Amino acid sequence: MNVLVILKMVPDVVEELEVAENGAALDVEAARMMLSESDDHALEEALLLKERLGGKVTVVALDAPDVDEALYTALAKGADRVVKIEGLDQPLTTSLAAAAVCEVLRTQPDLLPADLILTGAQAIDDLDGLMAPLVAHHLRLPYLGVITGVAADEAAKFATVVKEYSGGVRGEFEVPLPAVLGVQSAERPPRYVPVAKIRAVMKTGRIETAAAPVMADGGLALTEVLALNKPEEAGGAEILSGAPEEAAGKLCGVLAERGVL
Amino acid sequence: MATCLLPGMTDLSISSLMQTEEGRRVMSCLQCGVCVGACPYGDVMDYPPRRIIAMLRAGMVEKVFLSDSLLACVACYTCMYKCPRDIRLTDTILPLAKEQVLVHQPDLPAELQRALQNTLRYGNPMGESSRKRAAWVKTCPVPVRIFAEDPRPADVLWFVECYTSYYPRGQDCSRATARLFHALGIDFAILGNEEKCAGECGRLTWEPGLYETLMDYNMAVFGKYQFRRVVTSCPHAHNAFLNRYRSLGFRWELHHVAPFLALHLDSLKRLLTRKLNYRVTYHDSCCLGRQNEFFDQPRALLDAIPGIRRVEMTHNRGNSICCGGGGGGMWLDTYYKSKGYERLSERRVKEALATGADVLAISCPYEVSRFEDALKVLGADKRMIVRDVTELLVESLGD
Amino acid sequence: MSGNILVFAEHFRGALTEATFEALATGRELAGKLGRSLEAALLGSGCRDLAQQLGVAAKVHYVEHPALGDVTPDLYAEALSQLVRICTPRAVLVPLSNLTMGVGTLLAARLRAPGVNFCTAMDIQDGEIRVKAVLYGGKLEATVVPRGEPLVAGLWPGSRNPEEGKSTTPPSLIEDFRPQLPEKPQIRLKRYIEPEAGDVDIREQPVLVAVGRGIQSEENIALAEELAAALGGAVCGSRPVIDQGWLPLSRQVGKSGATVKPKMYLAVGISGAPEHLEGMRNAPLIVAVNTDPQAPIFRVAHYGIVGDALDVLPALTEAVRKRRQETHA
Repeated sequence: MNVLVILKMVPDVVEELEVAENGAALDVEAARMMLSESDDHALEEALLLKERLGGKVTVVALDAPDVDEALYTALAKGADRVVKIEGLDQPLTTSLAAAAVCEVLRTQPDLLPADLILTGAQAIDDLDGLMAPLVAHHLRLPYLGVITGVAADEAAKFATVVKEYSGGVRGEFEVPLPAVLGVQSAERPPRYVPVAKIRAVMKTGRIETAAAPVMADGGLALTEVLALNKPEEAGGAEILSGAPEEAAGKLCGVLAERGVL
Repeated sequence: MATCLLPGMTDLSISSLMQTEEGRRVMSCLQCGVCVGACPYGDVMDYPPRRIIAMLRAGMVEKVFLSDSLLACVACYTCMYKCPRDIRLTDTILPLAKEQVLVHQPDLPAELQRALQNTLRYGNPMGESSRKRAAWVKTCPVPVRIFAEDPRPADVLWFVECYTSYYPRGQDCSRATARLFHALGIDFAILGNEEKCAGECGRLTWEPGLYETLMDYNMAVFGKYQFRRVVTSCPHAHNAFLNRYRSLGFRWELHHVAPFLALHLDSLKRLLTRKLNYRVTYHDSCCLGRQNEFFDQPRALLDAIPGIRRVEMTHNRGNSICCGGGGGGMWLDTYYKSKGYERLSERRVKEALATGADVLAISCPYEVSRFEDALKVLGADKRMIVRDVTELLVESLGD
Repeated sequence: MSGNILVFAEHFRGALTEATFEALATGRELAGKLGRSLEAALLGSGCRDLAQQLGVAAKVHYVEHPALGDVTPDLYAEALSQLVRICTPRAVLVPLSNLTMGVGTLLAARLRAPGVNFCTAMDIQDGEIRVKAVLYGGKLEATVVPRGEPLVAGLWPGSRNPEEGKSTTPPSLIEDFRPQLPEKPQIRLKRYIEPEAGDVDIREQPVLVAVGRGIQSEENIALAEELAAALGGAVCGSRPVIDQGWLPLSRQVGKSGATVKPKMYLAVGISGAPEHLEGMRNAPLIVAVNTDPQAPIFRVAHYGIVGDALDVLPALTEAVRKRRQETHA
């Protein structure tokens, strides 16, 4: 089974995020990038499918700071091929990123056809859209999101996928292949790969590169970010005073306001 | 492959170890079982050290790598300390075996996995921002120079380490240490946000690649500044620098804070004017104690504090019982609980309580949270408090 | 271009979701500021009766088709885009949930219209729609303006009180619309998988009542259970409580346990050690109850009560029950 995985780097929120001088964008110099968490799960799910059904896992990512580390890690975990798309100015909106990836998938030989395309269900910077449905839209493929399990038959005609709803309820779907799935979490947590293995792969492995397309739309932006700022800081807890009954009453008021009650 | 203590051996594996003198020593094991008897978790391991060597000799050591027995090794050096053949168990054969476990079984318990991933990415196992490592300096009552801000040469590079930088109780110890350095007129500076975990063998022999990455990094940072000696708050870091960093060129005079302060005992005594009416029992940490035999120095510091009465626990000095934090144990508590193992920190705290002391004095950053936790679980946190030796010294400072 | 506001009414297994009512509340306010009306789109098969609850909207478009029996993003986006071309709203508000994931994105793509995710507030300024959206897990907030119409806004749940979107009167007008869709969806729901009977997954709970050592004994956990039940959530604990064996491992929150993000996290008798905070600090509403006003938990909590868990828990349970009775009356 041939699985294609799309990875994206997002700002690491463990570090403080700063706003750039213009007040409307992230200070990318100050930000540290990491692989989007659900993309890591998409990669894990792809590797699990490879272990069960054989075939290949190809990883595609747009160039970004520290993306090489993510790509070498993917190789160390068992991906067969990793391709980096270079030449686009960062940071990209998700719409532009999806369009660029799909253009490369269409024009670069041997990337398509794939039986299955996996990427994370959503990323923390998906302001103008989600990668998975956008890719499905461009490639005219079926799509389903919030996936937590994929099973496919050898003939790769259909996949049975599990989608999460809320409250612990899940749904089992039959999806015709090829299709695009937005993975919420893999059937097991992303595997650990020893650093020594990554270091070894950095010497022997290869990251292929592909040139980014000239964007047909000219990057027509349908939305404009006017301002980016830190949300109002809550400086410590607001203490609800009084005897237990009184404080409890006040708390109920807050809960009702917040839609909890 | 673990960089290890054997001089000149960089790419070591179990098979290549067997070609060396140490390897011959391993094979000369008497199978006496003292290691198992002394090991704090000897009774729960499927493959304690003796048995690992037996399996090696029988050509069946793969089975060891497929079991989870080595997760119970807290790298406390007790087996190595007691071995009549002087086999380098804790720092050579056991880490090599642990590496192989990781290769054969990629599924480590989640908490340990996260700690390793965090250390690689953020330079500390907690996953805190590397840019906040020196944030504690702002809360310190005395100035602490950071090399990046003021790169003039210093006498001492104080390698603070992770728990002492990020954890509230660890920061208490750092502030105390800074005050003591100041009181003694030590010319020191820290690496601040440039500092990353030393990557010591106890917890990171699971991950020699991670260790090497950190060593390369730290040696490069050391190379940026000028200093005469290195003093560190963490006995594990002290071990790493003493033993493993040598192969990368670490040549500086090295101390842990406690023995370092003991060198200044005379000057220090004059400053310790406040009387503390504590009954104190001192816990020998594995790295400072058994591994380096710094038994007397911390005791001398405590004895210099007026009013302190010291009592010894049943197991003390070389026989001290590990707090359970080494060898990855710091991140395996939930795993141990799920297996039904008694927590070593609880075992140790019971001994401390039995002395009737009201203060448990320690000198390793892991121990504060582990012992305070254990006291809470045992419902004894009103009877006994945990204090780093530096905290007690500062409490006795005159000003 | 009618310029109205269209809200996608999300429903699951026979019931409209609270997120739908939040969206109606937001939509009504926005429509009001524009001087336009609020409309709702109810898609599905055989669920026309749900339209009765959408009275806050002046008009409900009931979009019926057998292929819409279960939510599949492709067909839902297609049906919505056909509806949008006819009723030409200024903005389409779609609640963001697992159920609707991808629908908004596909709709915007099909319409070649602007899409904004993670919206927490919408306003009008100088005749333009201004949207506030959270990014990076809540670390930063963006103010976004659409450059095109209609705006497809994905609304972040929990940003609005759903009560504001409910009405006891039915909508004035319910109009039927039959979209052009294939008979059957390509993607087919085979069955629902119910959550395992037995223990609760604390990560799925909307409300968590977390107990720490301040609960003092295993018997007292019953007080927390009662409150959790009254709030429609579950009990979880910090490590010392699990260590004592008072709660199973599956209920542990923190470094060694689960990371949770319920709508509300009530930390009772928990001091707030870093190991615990790691597991819950991003919950949108954190309330702490502790006898120690200096407890670190108060630094991350939004609200706090300084008091004994054993007094506060029963008082809270009582107050919650009373409030529920009043609302249902």
